Amino acid sequence: MKLAEIVDKLDLKVRTADGALETEVRGGYASDLMSDVIAHAERGCLWVTLQIHQNVVAVASLKELAGIVLVNGREPEEGTLERAESENIPILVSPLPAFDVIGQLYEMGIAGGTD
Amino acid sequence: MAQDRKTTKTQELVYEMKVDQVMTRDVVTVRPETPMSRLREVFREKRISGAPVVDDDRLVGIISLEDFIEWLYAREENSVVETKMTTDVDILFGDEPLVHAVSRFAESGFGRFAVVDRASGRLVGVITKGDVVAGLLRKLEVDYHEEEVHRYRASRLLEDILAIGTTLCFEYDVEGQNFDRGGESSSRLKRTLKGLGLHPDTVRRVAIAAYEAEMNVIVFTEGGTIAVRIDRDRITVDVADSGPGIPDIEKALQPGFSTAPQWVRDLGFGAGMGLHNIRNCSDDLAIESAPGEGTRLTITFLTGGASEAG
Repeated sequence: MKLAEIVDKLDLKVRTADGALETEVRGGYASDLMSDVIAHAERGCLWVTLQIHQNVVAVASLKELAGIVLVNGREPEEGTLERAESENIPILVSPLPAFDVIGQLYEMGIAGGTD
Repeated sequence: MAQDRKTTKTQELVYEMKVDQVMTRDVVTVRPETPMSRLREVFREKRISGAPVVDDDRLVGIISLEDFIEWLYAREENSVVETKMTTDVDILFGDEPLVHAVSRFAESGFGRFAVVDRASGRLVGVITKGDVVAGLLRKLEVDYHEEEVHRYRASRLLEDILAIGTTLCFEYDVEGQNFDRGGESSSRLKRTLKGLGLHPDTVRRVAIAAYEAEMNVIVFTEGGTIAVRIDRDRITVDVADSGPGIPDIEKALQPGFSTAPQWVRDLGFGAGMGLHNIRNCSDDLAIESAPGEGTRLTITFLTGGASEAG
């Protein structure tokens, strides 16, 4: 499923890299621990987190993730925005808590993807 | 929509390339004083259905098969081309982008345009829809080929360098306590390794280990260096800092063990997985450390020779 379709259905606000929404989302991963994401998230996953500092971009880029969904309406920090733009990593914002976002994703057929 | 903004390679080329890059230069022309009766052999011999009329290298008109048939039908004797040709000729300039030619073909429904040099007004060629398609295909093929050659060279370059026993070394400085620059060195390293044409899996493994090590240096120390060495059969990442050192290395290697302060944990670091992750994605991890002195990680990745490059 294309990231753009998910953005549309979940009504996510696109904060960065709106040119990279044609990426194919291959699965999902949810965690707020960087090392956990590094260890377990699979390439092409959509990452659900509440962390908003710029290291999320470094991790997403490192693991070649499809994008980052920030939950609870949390907005990325200024540095995060810049870095995500330059690394072309889409950051999407949802007003819902993680549990609800993940539930909706799961219903759409996005399964948990791990290495 | 994002999709609308994407331009295809062909679209890009249509703007980049000029009419004179794809036109046919070797044009059969006739002169204004050429007798109409001559056209029969010109058209038949050259298998064309029209020809530009040129006087002193200047384009003065165009004569088509249709003009010739009209002339035959009227049964006029001894006419010359000048009296039957179309003088209101649609032309393109050689320096116009190809996209102009494409839109003119679409607007006019004509099959060909004469191409004129803008400065001198001289006829320099003829362009047909077929020329546009052939020119684009040629260019796409050349670009594709160049990219392949480039890729091949990049991977061969690395092989050649390593084959003569040379090693490649890179070094990155890591600033301690600066979270804003977290992952910068490992990102740069990743790009470099990618550019060298190393296998994507190797690149990913090295980048992950370098990232974890870099974050450790940032979280726990005043700074350090990441030194990377590429040999024929292995990549070695050497991460050194000047303190505070690890009191119990065995414990530090256990998943979940962490001495990170709370504020670091709040950022999602310090989960006690760093060294564990490094060990998991590498082929060997050696740790030298003493409290108060500093820590040195030597992380090894076996690449099975540079032949895996590409």
